[in-house]
Amino acid sequence: MSFLRDALLVAGKDLRIERRSRVALQQIIPFGGVVVMLFAFALDSDRTLLHQAAPGLFWAAVLLAVLLAIGRSFSIEEANRARDGLRLSGLDGGSIFLGKAAAIAVELFLLEIVVGAVVVVLYDISIRGVVVLLCAAVAATVGLAATGTVYGVLAGGLRARETLVPLLVLPAVTPVMLGATRSFQAALDGRPGDAWPWVQLLTAFAVLAVTAGTVAFGPLLEEA
Amino acid sequence: MLGRFPALAGADLEVETGEVLLLSGPNGAGKTTLLRLCAGLLPLRAGTAEVLGVDLAVEPKRVRRAVALVGHETFCYDDLTVAENVRFVARSTGHSTADADAALDRVGLQRVAQVAHGRLSQGQRRRLSLANAIARRPRLLLLDEPHAGLDEQGRAVLEEVVRAAPADGCTVMLASHELDLARRLATREVRIVAGRVHAAPVVPAPGSTPTVPPTPTAAEIEART
Repeated sequence: MSFLRDALLVAGKDLRIERRSRVALQQIIPFGGVVVMLFAFALDSDRTLLHQAAPGLFWAAVLLAVLLAIGRSFSIEEANRARDGLRLSGLDGGSIFLGKAAAIAVELFLLEIVVGAVVVVLYDISIRGVVVLLCAAVAATVGLAATGTVYGVLAGGLRARETLVPLLVLPAVTPVMLGATRSFQAALDGRPGDAWPWVQLLTAFAVLAVTAGTVAFGPLLEEA
Repeated sequence: MLGRFPALAGADLEVETGEVLLLSGPNGAGKTTLLRLCAGLLPLRAGTAEVLGVDLAVEPKRVRRAVALVGHETFCYDDLTVAENVRFVARSTGHSTADADAALDRVGLQRVAQVAHGRLSQGQRRRLSLANAIARRPRLLLLDEPHAGLDEQGRAVLEEVVRAAPADGCTVMLASHELDLARRLATREVRIVAGRVHAAPVVPAPGSTPTVPPTPTAAEIEART
């Protein structure tokens, strides 16, 4: 229980900071919206292509916003050497990982709601297969948040972390991009049966990322 | 290590429970490194270190739970208030919010409890660091230049905290360049030069100045390293 309590403590701290600073609300979420709007302007002349590409463009926008969320999550630990404060607390590395990943996941869910609404309106998308869409979104978000948190702490202490995090994270989350796009595509096309295998892939990735992160985060926090 | 050079070499030091040990020495001598090492924040590259009876190389996390470090940085979050920062420290170390509030009271920061850390003055930040340390109820209190940035009232609070520490079974190690102030608190002083501890076990009488080894010349430092 204390493991989960500590994770909640860290998640609560990160979310309180985000609520107070409004970086997620005023910068990261609008950034996601701007990206899908730019795609809409770029492909506006071909509505069919825009419609077909909507799932991929949506997840590309989420993926780019994830990089900002990860950077933000670890930049607050660098100011005033708060990272050393976390180390001194004696909190288990796994619980810190779960807390930070959960806070990023909550921010991503909010982002996906806003960006999803923009996509539906601008790209003229009809929502179908809500259950599959929700399951895929939850699994993909957990996978993205967990993977991002691992690489975030890995690059956290480095001067080049702003450029290093995208280089590390983007290739690592390729399965998420693939699975989320394909499952959304199938669900929106009215073929939910074709979406479930991709949801399973996303779930397996999320479980693996959370497990690996829980084990590896502590040592990475020490070494970074 | 500082580049290719060891930050501490041949540092041999034993501190008794309840002591208030002053670490003096020139800039870059290794005082901060020694304090961070004792806090479990730096890995031990060679030699052995036991803090509060725990082998630092084997169980650094156990050491961290029992120590508090007031360093050059506050380890706080700019967007959290003073109260939120101290409560986070207290709760993350297994203590209550009541402990946190009591610590804030003790350092005189209740008036700014709802102010964000990012808006505090330098002196208030130092007091907040002290409050964070108190809220942890440490058995070893590590103070790195604790007088820096503190006003008269802040220094009085610091002195009260350090003087009360031994009665609570807490040992104190403090590194300072403000030797007149620090020597009023210390029960023993050692001098660190070029990463080596020059022990001078002196118990100063109230009002007296303890005897410390003279600062070595550059040639002497060169010869030792």
